[in-house]
Amino acid sequence: MSLITGSDSGTRLLFSLLAVLPVHLDQVSSNQWLTYISLLSYVFFIVLIFYGQRIQMYVMIREVENSLHKLKYIKEEGRKITIEAIKEIGKPTADPSTRVDRFLEYFTIAPQNMDPAGIVYKLDHILDVRDDRMKDEVKLMAPASDEVQVNNLENTLEAAMALNFIYKVIRHYYIQGKKTLSLYVIMQIQMILPMVMKEAEAYASALKAFAYGQPIGDGAGPLVAAKLMHGYETRKLQKDCVMATVPFAGRTALVIKAEGPGGNVGKPGDAVETVIEENEGKIGMVVMIDAGLKLEGETVGEVAEGIGAAIGGPGVDQYKIEDKLTKYKIPIMAVIIKEDIGDAVSPMRKEINDAVDPVIERVRNVVLERTKEGDKIIIVGVGNSIGVGQ
Amino acid sequence: MAQNEQTSTSTRKISTYVSLIIGIVMALAITAFLLAAYLAYTGSTATGSTRTGDYSAAGILAIIGLIALTMSSFTLFQSRRQVAEMKIEIPKVMTTVECRKCGTKTVREFQRGDFVYKELDPCPKCPDQKQMLTAIYKEVKEKEKTYSV
Repeated sequence: MSLITGSDSGTRLLFSLLAVLPVHLDQVSSNQWLTYISLLSYVFFIVLIFYGQRIQMYVMIREVENSLHKLKYIKEEGRKITIEAIKEIGKPTADPSTRVDRFLEYFTIAPQNMDPAGIVYKLDHILDVRDDRMKDEVKLMAPASDEVQVNNLENTLEAAMALNFIYKVIRHYYIQGKKTLSLYVIMQIQMILPMVMKEAEAYASALKAFAYGQPIGDGAGPLVAAKLMHGYETRKLQKDCVMATVPFAGRTALVIKAEGPGGNVGKPGDAVETVIEENEGKIGMVVMIDAGLKLEGETVGEVAEGIGAAIGGPGVDQYKIEDKLTKYKIPIMAVIIKEDIGDAVSPMRKEINDAVDPVIERVRNVVLERTKEGDKIIIVGVGNSIGVGQ
Repeated sequence: MAQNEQTSTSTRKISTYVSLIIGIVMALAITAFLLAAYLAYTGSTATGSTRTGDYSAAGILAIIGLIALTMSSFTLFQSRRQVAEMKIEIPKVMTTVECRKCGTKTVREFQRGDFVYKELDPCPKCPDQKQMLTAIYKEVKEKEKTYSV
């Protein structure tokens, strides 16, 4: 085309094109237009062959960037909610922001596992130190808070910490991907992004629940235990657990849960160990009740039973329970209430609350079928006791 | 607690980069429409093979313009939705207050300090029996799609 001849720079070419295009419109026939379009299609096709992957990468980077903005907003909201809760409940004399920021960066180093012998107790010790340190920090930040509020604020801070960590990890991969322009770095993060966002949103909705002391989905186990032990005398067990002796289906049930209503999971491993030892191993059965992760397509609040120690976390409690059960050959049953990760850390859904009676019925059936009248059984409600008394 | 309280940001907007791209594509789409209209007009005044050619070129340009306009509008809608979605939704949590003697149940909004099995003031019907919080929960209206598998 004669229009582009004689232009020596890109800008001049563009301006001359724009200037002459309307003048020449009537001189360009329709066949020529079709030729231009097909030419443009070839150019587009060639560009896609060479730069397709790069364009795809930019699209992915953009997607990650959008999620990162959202994560940053959620993280900052989390920090704000936490600081507000500390100011409101703890009545600190100084601004707690600096201390909260320092707290958000806390980390825990897992014990060395080159020689795994004894690692469980090393991990247990490290977790105890971490827990004590966190509680001390919260007490310093919020001096006017009582024991229940300290536990709730600690949970709020932990949710804010989780959000901060998620944001930083995603940002790390995003920047690394941009720096290296590696499709595979970006692809890794882009693939898991929907799950990460779901978890971050769950923690975000948990913040207020923890700050207000509302029961969360993870509290399904303690809620069942609380219903069984309510009205009976309780005694404290180590660590942060309570136990009540309750008549149940002609047996004696030793019901254990984390002490509520503060945000607390206790150490059910130690509690079960203690109770088994106190009874010299003469326990007919251990039944553990916990919230279990549901698969997509399953209903929230669905009850299922199985075998084994139903307890999450780092594995220390599970190890201790299994160790003691093996020593005395005690059978163990598990009953779970299904929910997803979002339900587990956000205020308890009605479906989960309504599942309490079916769970008790299921436990009753298991106990009637598998134990003899007069036997002693242990029923453990595993989970966070926030908002659940006893 | 406020009902369906939501926190949102007002400062976060669609990035200028995205807006620029959307603007360019929209301008190109409109140009394609104008050209299509122009070719359709010249086609109506022309005769023979020129007339057929003008109409087909106008058609192709109109399709290109439509696709570009749809895609840019969709991107704009998506970006706006992403901004709107940037909220932390605080669900409404309810508390059930129950009298164990007469069985009266009342449901009210959660108040700070509530916990399951907390004892409250005596029941208005049975003065010798304290009311109790028996449940704290949120109701979720399921938005999830159902699959027939």
